Amino acid sequence: MKSNLHMYVMAVPLLTAFLVNICGRTNRKAIAPLVLGALGFSSLLAIFVLRQTLTFGDLSYTVGGWTPPWGIELLVDPLSALMLLLISGISFLATFAALPCVKRDLEDRQHIFFTLYLILIAGLMGLVLTADAFNLYVMLEITSITTYGLIALGRGRAPLSSFNYIIMGSVAACFYLLGVGYLYLLTGTLNMAHIATYLPALQGSGALATALAFILVGLWIKMAFFPLHGWLPRAYSDAPDGAGLLIAPLMTKVTVYLMVRLMLTFQSPAFPLLSMDVGTLIVWAAAIGIICASSLALGQRNLKLMLTYIIIAEVGYMVGGAWLANEQGMTGALLHIVNDALMTLCLFLAAVAIAYRTGSFHFDSLKGLYRKMPLTMAAFTVGAFAMIGIPPTCGFFSKWYLLLGGIEAGQWQFVVALIFSSLVNAVLFFRIIEIAYFGSLQESEHHGDAITERQEAPWWILSPLALTAVLLIVVGLSTGPLVNNIIRVMIPVSF
Amino acid sequence: MEDIAAHIMAKYNYWIYVVLMMIGFYAMIGKRNLVKKLLGMNIFQTSIILFFISTGAKKGGSIPILDKYAALQGAVDVNQVVNPLPHVLMLTAIVVGVSVTGVALAVMQRIYRKYGTLEEDEILLKIENE
Repeated sequence: MKSNLHMYVMAVPLLTAFLVNICGRTNRKAIAPLVLGALGFSSLLAIFVLRQTLTFGDLSYTVGGWTPPWGIELLVDPLSALMLLLISGISFLATFAALPCVKRDLEDRQHIFFTLYLILIAGLMGLVLTADAFNLYVMLEITSITTYGLIALGRGRAPLSSFNYIIMGSVAACFYLLGVGYLYLLTGTLNMAHIATYLPALQGSGALATALAFILVGLWIKMAFFPLHGWLPRAYSDAPDGAGLLIAPLMTKVTVYLMVRLMLTFQSPAFPLLSMDVGTLIVWAAAIGIICASSLALGQRNLKLMLTYIIIAEVGYMVGGAWLANEQGMTGALLHIVNDALMTLCLFLAAVAIAYRTGSFHFDSLKGLYRKMPLTMAAFTVGAFAMIGIPPTCGFFSKWYLLLGGIEAGQWQFVVALIFSSLVNAVLFFRIIEIAYFGSLQESEHHGDAITERQEAPWWILSPLALTAVLLIVVGLSTGPLVNNIIRVMIPVSF
Repeated sequence: MEDIAAHIMAKYNYWIYVVLMMIGFYAMIGKRNLVKKLLGMNIFQTSIILFFISTGAKKGGSIPILDKYAALQGAVDVNQVVNPLPHVLMLTAIVVGVSVTGVALAVMQRIYRKYGTLEEDEILLKIENE
């Protein structure tokens, strides 16, 4: 159906970004209502778009009146509507906590921070909406450039981490662009659905394989798929707290979604992209990546760095699951995109709340936190349980689908990696819980100190954290409708 | 030997882009100076831009400014006109490249103010000593 509703979801944060820059310069109090208003409006619209797509099917908008395949098409199907809701919802929640952090860290540069922040959100939405391969490159660079800027605003060695990310990110973007160039040479079109119609005739062509390889490697660098992950840990942990809250849950997940969408668009009975032998190789790489990243996470003594290594392991889950080339694996991968975004948001919010009070992400500063910040730690525990995969939190269900997919495909190395990673996560989080629960008890007995007072994080950080923790369980319990109504519908019957 | 030379000559534009790309890639990975890395990144991007532009070229092709009515009646021979789409795409890609370079230069300025050098090894040493 023709509609321009979904375009407004993206346009609102984009236009507000400039308003924030102009108004925030003179009046800092205007920033919070503007940003929250825009993102709240986007979230409501995204819910409406999701309902529209579920009743009327895909919504399509052609930019500038040039009909596809010549013009740029903004297409939204139930799955991308779900991603749209995920992006707007998570950024809305993250903004509550980002506001006090930015106020503390970047007192006189708040308007610059939130301009970049909103453009980044608009770029992420654009990535999900666009149906044009070259437009995708532009959106990819919009999100990346704003992320470079946001990371460089951090303290300490943040500029150096940002520079390394710029170099790696540009290589990735160039690879993707080169792949699109090859595809354009082969098919003469840039609309993704239109490209897919030419692919069966090109089967077995070396140029097509090169094009797909360049595109995949480009996206893998952007999503930090092991062993192309080198830039991620430092870049994400050096970013200012407010930026990390948005970047960590969304950037890698949206890139994984792009890969899955390209796979699903190009896949057809005449062109079985997914059942090629390469799939097995990629699942092997994912399995090795999960194990290595989990082991690296074990070696960290800094909460934020540890979480970044977990993100890399989770990317392995999703890439591996998607390339298992069966319905269960694909369902698991898509469900895990939603769940992992929420879990990462929950854990990062908790980490930021802790650091807001204690001033450090180091494990030593976690001692006695269950007494000092009981609500924060309760939410952290829910997030940790989701990451480990304990029912009824949502992490369990996507992991269950991934395991079923791995068993069905006979890819036992992937199953082993998943179980190994869950065990490592259990060790990681129970170690933190132990430090936070028992840590101070012995010390205070030793020194004879009084029990420390309750010192929760401010309401602005605590309320989105509590809400996310509740969402983790709600999404977990509503896995059935989510899978049956939205995710399964989008997976082609051909495999 | 002649075969290889003929092979290279037949598709020399692709060879040029591959060679340029490898030079850029080497500078990005092999050099330890941040400015050289950035220059390598620019060469890398330029090679891809040249690749795109060269794909639009046609032997004896003229500029793609057409008479609307002639085009609608099918009186225009496509082989006589250069393909304009790659040029348009690359205009966007150049803008993207300039923005990335701008951000990278700004970030580099911050690095220089903080550490007083742009050699990666020296910066890492200073970070360790902090």
